[in-house]
Amino acid sequence: MFGYYLDLAVCSLRRNPILTGLMVLAIGLGIGASMTMITVLHVMTNDPLPGRSAHLYTPHLDPLPLDYSRGSDSPDPSDNLTWPDAMALLQAKRAVRQAAMAGGTMLVRPAQAGLQPFYAAGRYATADIFAMFGLRFEYGGGWSAADDAAGTHVAVLSDTMARKLFGRTDAVGLAAHLGEQDYRVIGVVEEWAPAPQFYADNTGSQYSDTDTYFLPLSVAVANDLPVNGNQSGWGRDEAQSGKRGAAESWLQYWVQLDTPAQVAGYRQYLVNYSAQQKALGRFERPPTNAALYSLMGWLTHLNLVPNDVQLQLWLALGFLFVCMLNIVALLLAKFLRRGGEISVRRALGARRRDIFLQLGVESALIGVAGGALGLVIAQLGLWSVRHRQDDYARLAQMDSSMLAGTFALAVLASVLAGLLPAWRACRITPALQLKAQ
Amino acid sequence: MELRPILSTLRRHKLTASLLVLQVAFTCAIVCNVVFMVVQRVQRVSVPTGIAEAELSIIHSSGFAGDDNPQARHATDLAALRAIPGVRSAVALSYALPLDHSDSSYGVCPDAASMQRAMQQRSGEGTGCLQPSMFDGTAGLIGTLGLRLVAGRDFTPDDFVIGDAHKPAVAIISQALAQRLYPGQQPLGKTLYLGDATIRVVGVVARLLRPSLRTPAVDGDSMIWPQKPDRPAVTYVLRSAPADRARILREGRAALLAASPNRLVNPERMETYDQMRARFFRRDTTMIGLLVAAGLGLLFVTVLGIAGLASFWVQQRTRTIGIRRAIGATRGDILRYFHTENGLIVGAGCLLGMVLALVLNLGLLHFYEVQRMPLFYLPFGALLLGMLGQGAVLTPALRAARVSPVVATRSV
Repeated sequence: MFGYYLDLAVCSLRRNPILTGLMVLAIGLGIGASMTMITVLHVMTNDPLPGRSAHLYTPHLDPLPLDYSRGSDSPDPSDNLTWPDAMALLQAKRAVRQAAMAGGTMLVRPAQAGLQPFYAAGRYATADIFAMFGLRFEYGGGWSAADDAAGTHVAVLSDTMARKLFGRTDAVGLAAHLGEQDYRVIGVVEEWAPAPQFYADNTGSQYSDTDTYFLPLSVAVANDLPVNGNQSGWGRDEAQSGKRGAAESWLQYWVQLDTPAQVAGYRQYLVNYSAQQKALGRFERPPTNAALYSLMGWLTHLNLVPNDVQLQLWLALGFLFVCMLNIVALLLAKFLRRGGEISVRRALGARRRDIFLQLGVESALIGVAGGALGLVIAQLGLWSVRHRQDDYARLAQMDSSMLAGTFALAVLASVLAGLLPAWRACRITPALQLKAQ
Repeated sequence: MELRPILSTLRRHKLTASLLVLQVAFTCAIVCNVVFMVVQRVQRVSVPTGIAEAELSIIHSSGFAGDDNPQARHATDLAALRAIPGVRSAVALSYALPLDHSDSSYGVCPDAASMQRAMQQRSGEGTGCLQPSMFDGTAGLIGTLGLRLVAGRDFTPDDFVIGDAHKPAVAIISQALAQRLYPGQQPLGKTLYLGDATIRVVGVVARLLRPSLRTPAVDGDSMIWPQKPDRPAVTYVLRSAPADRARILREGRAALLAASPNRLVNPERMETYDQMRARFFRRDTTMIGLLVAAGLGLLFVTVLGIAGLASFWVQQRTRTIGIRRAIGATRGDILRYFHTENGLIVGAGCLLGMVLALVLNLGLLHFYEVQRMPLFYLPFGALLLGMLGQGAVLTPALRAARVSPVVATRSV
């Protein structure tokens, strides 16, 4: 029966090729535009660290004075931690793993002759970062907590950086010249570029930056190495303590917590710590302002998707909606015009269900064709998005699930669009129509 | 034109007609908002900077720290750059140029009393103090950037300080800043209060846009300090004929590297001012393109919908049309019938659409940085759709008018 309906549908669609073409075009355009933007949104809100993200949390304290007010455009200083707070959390060791970190950009001078110096971004961090984020070492390993404490000049390089500096990846034991100092390379890690770069300061470009080297945080503080991103101070820093100041936030902090009990315990620990700091007179705001975000929760809090991209998505969905209305109206007119044919079939014994199925097949056929066209248009759309200069542009690729999703959306949309017309058409009374003819 | 028969026909096609009304309404609502957003973005993208944009080229150079005396370095570099044929003038500045994102702003108060108040309440709000952006540079900055001095004088060699260790004694401010700091007063000779320092205003330039945009009301708040950059990283701005810029950038880089190879002149950070401006607005230009494409796409689909439905109806009613023609209706009557029918449907859609457009605008206002849409966009959008609707129905209506009266006598 299905094959017969398919034949009928093809026949009916070929009777009016221009109109069929227009319907396919309309659904193709709507689906193409929507899927382009849904894909962009999908890659931007993707889980940057599948498998590990569920156990990663970032604690936040509120050390700001009561009367601190910030401009609407300026970043929130309490998004980051101060050095004393980060060190206190680190020494308390209340999580399975924990690391404080900050990003930096330094001039790198390759050891190979004839190569120009260049600027490269890296991360200053404490020892746990490698195990906690699951970086894989090709050679060597990370540094220890003892190195952190001693401020040893050691470095872990990314695969690409090792190649650029030394022309080979087995660089363990060599000296890397970063900024104004030499560091002994103790490990080389595989390329690691989670997008978005969830652990970085949120004022940077989080979809295009990758870390090419890692240095102990204590070295960065001792040598006052340049730090990227938002470094906000409040109050006066009489002691001239610089990065170690208690009134300047610049550090990101991540912890690994494996069970719900650990999460609840850590949350309570943060409140207790804040209360203790408030009792000491350092914090002024309520201790309950302390928060623990999960990785995905933190990304939601940051709201990384630019307003323009959200607007573009709404625009595309609005476009799809109007296209759907268009198809419903056209299909309705088309089905109702075949009232005569339908009533003959009904008079010959076809049930309403049969008519409904037959017309449903016809609209699904338009959907399949529209979906195929939509897929092509979406690929064109993504291609043009990739040529944008934005930092998320290079991520705009369709994976297989999005590919299947596009097709499903197209068929679903057109079947939905066909429902109302088919339902209306199958209610045609046979006798009246035959009489009128 | 008698409306009753049209209305009674439409009543028989209630579902189809109301779907078309809905489609027109949504198209009208979206198109009104899209046109409004495009106009807004175009205004944003075409903001004037006050500088001679077409004649400027920019080269960044960063010396490796700890090598030499930046003042001597900058002087040698500028001499080398000025020696390039076609370069009319060249200056060195720290980083700030209109629309280059490198903003450094200072809290500036018009008098001592308002500064006291601002310091007490830890914010400049409501005190008359403002946050203008600061521009620095070597002698000749005003001329090289092509700023128009509308009052006072340019800096003299004695005015200049080196680096940001001490504030200069004088400054030139933009007219916008002058009007906001000293409304209705002569700004020349007035004193700017910045924390512990005071700076005397000696000149006013017509316009100088900030390095990054905030809101149009404060985007022109700028001041220029006679302060020479004193860091190894520096930005050179060269002025030349527009046609020479590409060559001058190329030769400029070579000249700088020849003067001292111990530095980084990143080819990615040398460009004409026009390129930098385009980069600043690239998101807006992308958005304008997308909005225009979406608007046109919507209108296209809706026109197709109207035309498609009309041609269906013409086919369906061929016999009725024939009968009307046989009993005396002229071709013009038939044509008018379809145009009026379309006018009714599109008109109803537009009425609904104007309401929807306002609702949509309020929604966008609430969630995104979209401003309130002026009401005149509504009739404009409705008129556009009305005209497109009449155009779309023309071909099917003409076909209907050609139906011969003989059809009435034939059975189907």
